[in-house]
Amino acid sequence: MENLIALLVAAPLLGAVVLLCGGRRLDKAGHWLGTLLALGSFVVGVVLFLDMLGRDGEDRAMHQHLFSWIPVGGFQADVAFQLDQLSMTFVLLITGVGSLIHIYSIGYMEHDERRRRFFGYLNLFLAAMLILVIADNYLLLYVGWEGVGLASYLLIGFWQHKPSAATAAKKAFLVNRVGDMGLSIAIMLMFTTFGTFAFGDVLAATGAETSGAAAPVSEGKLTAIGLMLLLAACGKSAQVPLQSWLGDAMEGPTPVSALIHAATMVTAGVYLITRSGAIFNGAPDAQLAVVIVGAVTLLFGAIVGCAKDDIKKALAGSTMSQIGYMILAAGLGPIGYAFAIMHLVTHGFFKAGLFLGAGSVMHGMNDEVDMRKYGGLRKYMPVTFATFGLGYLAIIGFPGLSGFWSKDKIIEAAFAYDDGIRGWIFGGVALLGAGITAFYMTRVMLMTFFGEKRWQPTPDPHKDPSAEPAADGHGGEMPHPHESPKSMTIPMIVLAFGSVFAGGLFSLNESFVKWLEPVTAFEHPHPVISVPAITGATMVVLVIGVAIAWFMYGKRPVPVTAPRGSLLTRAARRDLLQDDFNHVVLVRGGEHLTRSLVYVDHTLVDGVVNGTAASFGGLSGRLRKLQNGYARSYAVSMLGGTAVLVAATLLMRAV
Amino acid sequence: MSALASTAVTDLAAYTTSTGEAVQFWVLGTVAVIGALCTILMKKAVHSALCLAGTMIILAVFYLANGAYFLGIVQVVVYTGAIMMLFLFVVMLVGVTAADSLKETIKGQRWLAALCGLGFAVLLTAGIGNAAITEFNGLGAANAGGNVEGLAALIFTKYVFAFEITGALLITAAVGAMVLTHRERTERALNQREMAERRVREGKHLPPLPAPGVYARHNAVDIAGLLPDGTPSELTVMQTLRQRGQIRDVSGEALSDLAALEQRSAERLGRDREQEASK
Amino acid sequence: MNPVNYLYLASLLFAIGATGVLIRRNAIVVFMCIELMLNACNLALVAFSRMHGNLDGQIIAFFTMVVAAAEVVVGLAIIVSLFRSRHSASVDDASLMKL
Repeated sequence: MENLIALLVAAPLLGAVVLLCGGRRLDKAGHWLGTLLALGSFVVGVVLFLDMLGRDGEDRAMHQHLFSWIPVGGFQADVAFQLDQLSMTFVLLITGVGSLIHIYSIGYMEHDERRRRFFGYLNLFLAAMLILVIADNYLLLYVGWEGVGLASYLLIGFWQHKPSAATAAKKAFLVNRVGDMGLSIAIMLMFTTFGTFAFGDVLAATGAETSGAAAPVSEGKLTAIGLMLLLAACGKSAQVPLQSWLGDAMEGPTPVSALIHAATMVTAGVYLITRSGAIFNGAPDAQLAVVIVGAVTLLFGAIVGCAKDDIKKALAGSTMSQIGYMILAAGLGPIGYAFAIMHLVTHGFFKAGLFLGAGSVMHGMNDEVDMRKYGGLRKYMPVTFATFGLGYLAIIGFPGLSGFWSKDKIIEAAFAYDDGIRGWIFGGVALLGAGITAFYMTRVMLMTFFGEKRWQPTPDPHKDPSAEPAADGHGGEMPHPHESPKSMTIPMIVLAFGSVFAGGLFSLNESFVKWLEPVTAFEHPHPVISVPAITGATMVVLVIGVAIAWFMYGKRPVPVTAPRGSLLTRAARRDLLQDDFNHVVLVRGGEHLTRSLVYVDHTLVDGVVNGTAASFGGLSGRLRKLQNGYARSYAVSMLGGTAVLVAATLLMRAV
Repeated sequence: MSALASTAVTDLAAYTTSTGEAVQFWVLGTVAVIGALCTILMKKAVHSALCLAGTMIILAVFYLANGAYFLGIVQVVVYTGAIMMLFLFVVMLVGVTAADSLKETIKGQRWLAALCGLGFAVLLTAGIGNAAITEFNGLGAANAGGNVEGLAALIFTKYVFAFEITGALLITAAVGAMVLTHRERTERALNQREMAERRVREGKHLPPLPAPGVYARHNAVDIAGLLPDGTPSELTVMQTLRQRGQIRDVSGEALSDLAALEQRSAERLGRDREQEASK
Repeated sequence: MNPVNYLYLASLLFAIGATGVLIRRNAIVVFMCIELMLNACNLALVAFSRMHGNLDGQIIAFFTMVVAAAEVVVGLAIIVSLFRSRHSASVDDASLMKL
């Protein structure tokens, strides 16, 4: 069975290689090949999962050692895979949702002439993401980490003829580099501290420390490693302060947004923190930092999500916020890891479903993304409406649906952070986030599917895009909303099923928590207030959020052009000024720093270097005059030298 | 010859020389030094060569005085007679007119050279003085069987290898000189038509060069023709004269003639004006 | 007169010749100066021969003459070919070693 693990990665990797190197010949069948290989990987995953279920909880982890990668003295890096319950969860999520999105893309990218390349990139992403989650050491994880970064870059910038897409891809890549730097520093720290970076050895060593056994590792070092890992997670999972790239990443094709920037890649940070749980358990300060980051981001993303009119950007804000929940839960320690992963999986279902729904809407509306130009679509796209609606109910935590089960647990765990004020604060933030989630999701729902038709003719792409679209429709074509083809609706329906039932299934008899317990450990949270009270409060907050949204967007007509809005709204529309902040603090600061460094370089360093060079040059210039090329000059020196020799000889004889 | 030689031999054996030799040394030595100085100071290479030849003849006399009869004769015949003539021949070949300007171009070279030469001379002199040579064996015994026979005996016995190798060197030098100066003609010589065509192609001096002389007032070949502005044109005289510097320049004359002519005409015009004014 | 005076004369001629090599630019004159130096050496060798009472010094002087003849042959050939290519017999014109 262990030998099958490599096949998980090999299948999509093969697809990527074949599709990207195969050339035009594969244009006709390339997407089928890519989809089949993704499905094949999923089947392998399911087989391994069934095999795993057949064994006891402690024996479920499987290892496969492929080859020694960098064997250099004490530095031993292997390409080896480890498949335990945590990895298995991810494998199923990645290959499952990945396969669905492959199928969806067949329809969505039908008219794109570079579809084969798109599927090659998707397969590349799958391979890299699988390497990330089944690597058995941090170095191989880093390979996958960079691989998904690359795939993300390629896919965000897939429509590279759009300058905005190209810029967004660069932005995502650059911001991710900051996080990657954190991960590489963390790995180096691990190597100097533990002498290895295999999961088993590193985590066992930290575990020994926490239990007070031999080989103590100072808490300071663990905190440093933890903070660096957190930085890495912030970059990849779009957490404050490295969150700015996610909104722009929506420039990529919608299936990419669904797969990479909602369901899988952006959750890699959560995986990293959960996987490194032993390190964080030994470093409470780092854990607190994780919780703070999570709490801040969940509010940040939610507020941004409330103000965006672009449906994908609203959903991106929501993604940010939901991952904030996960990070928050992961920072809570053993009481939160399992819930973080559980929310991750359910979120993978409903957020992917929502994105696919958004893609379906855009597909029917001539790629219009402004929700103010939607309205009343439920009659025209019934399947999309139904699946989107179920995803909506799941995300806001409607009782019984997936989101309810996973988010509620996180809120409970947040209240259980400690007995004092912090429990109240983090619990309160999580609760408030739930309310805001209800508000902005209801807003998306109402603006898209309810109300009057506010459709606008799309500007003719051949005309000046800045020109006013003509009212009589000459300037462009009125959208003709229609249901999407089967290849698109079926994945949406499957994901909707997941959105509805996954949470309940996982919570049945706490099966998910027990499944993960051997890997992440688990403690029952003890919130500061009773669990029913929290559930009740969540329901109240939810209803308030929905109600406010209904009063604002359901009862009143939605204006086609966005009103000016309050200060907060305007700031939220600009992503709470994150880019401005980055610009002022990082770009300007960097510029000033660079300028001063350039100045120092020019005056001081160059001065010393050039001064030395110039002095030697001057000296040489003077010495050079001696070498004037005239044979007679050289002859003079010869005669002079001979005279000196004769004089010396005479002197020596005289003495 | 042998009687003369034997008397000289007895003389040469002495530690001090005869008064005759002393007189000869001081007189001819002075001349030799003057000749050497002239060699390095004369402006023209021909003069230098002649001075050097003189010095060499004096040295030949000194060889004879020192009992090196064979070398003395060889010095006269080979050195002065052959090698110096070779020098003169090359001087003529290279251009006798190429007077070497004695103006120094390398800064400080002359002073440095003089200093080094003087210092070297002083040092050598000091070294010889320091050696305190008190013993002169004289060549009486060595030249007893005749100088030439003595040399021949040594050359063909003790120094036979050196002699053979030197011979080889001489042959090599001769061949080397031929290699250095020989120029292979790799292409056919141009005939007159081709030369004319090439001149047209190059586009310079299509017509014959201008003739010497100025406005037919001078028709000597060594007088450069004058250009309209009164300056002489070098092109009008032949190259050999130009190189020898044997061109006579009449431009000053022509210009002053012109000035006189203008003055005369001005005076005349002035007179005419005065006449008009008086009328 | 002490025959050692011949040595003084030889060294004086040698120094004059060396100075001439240094201050003259015409390659032919430079060559003559070299010949002068060689001749000064020969004079010294002849004087040495007389001093030691054997003919070895004269033999060396003889060889010196032969080598000088060979040197003149090659040297003048070089000067001639130099003049052909550069139309100048100045040693300063051949200053390609200059930077």
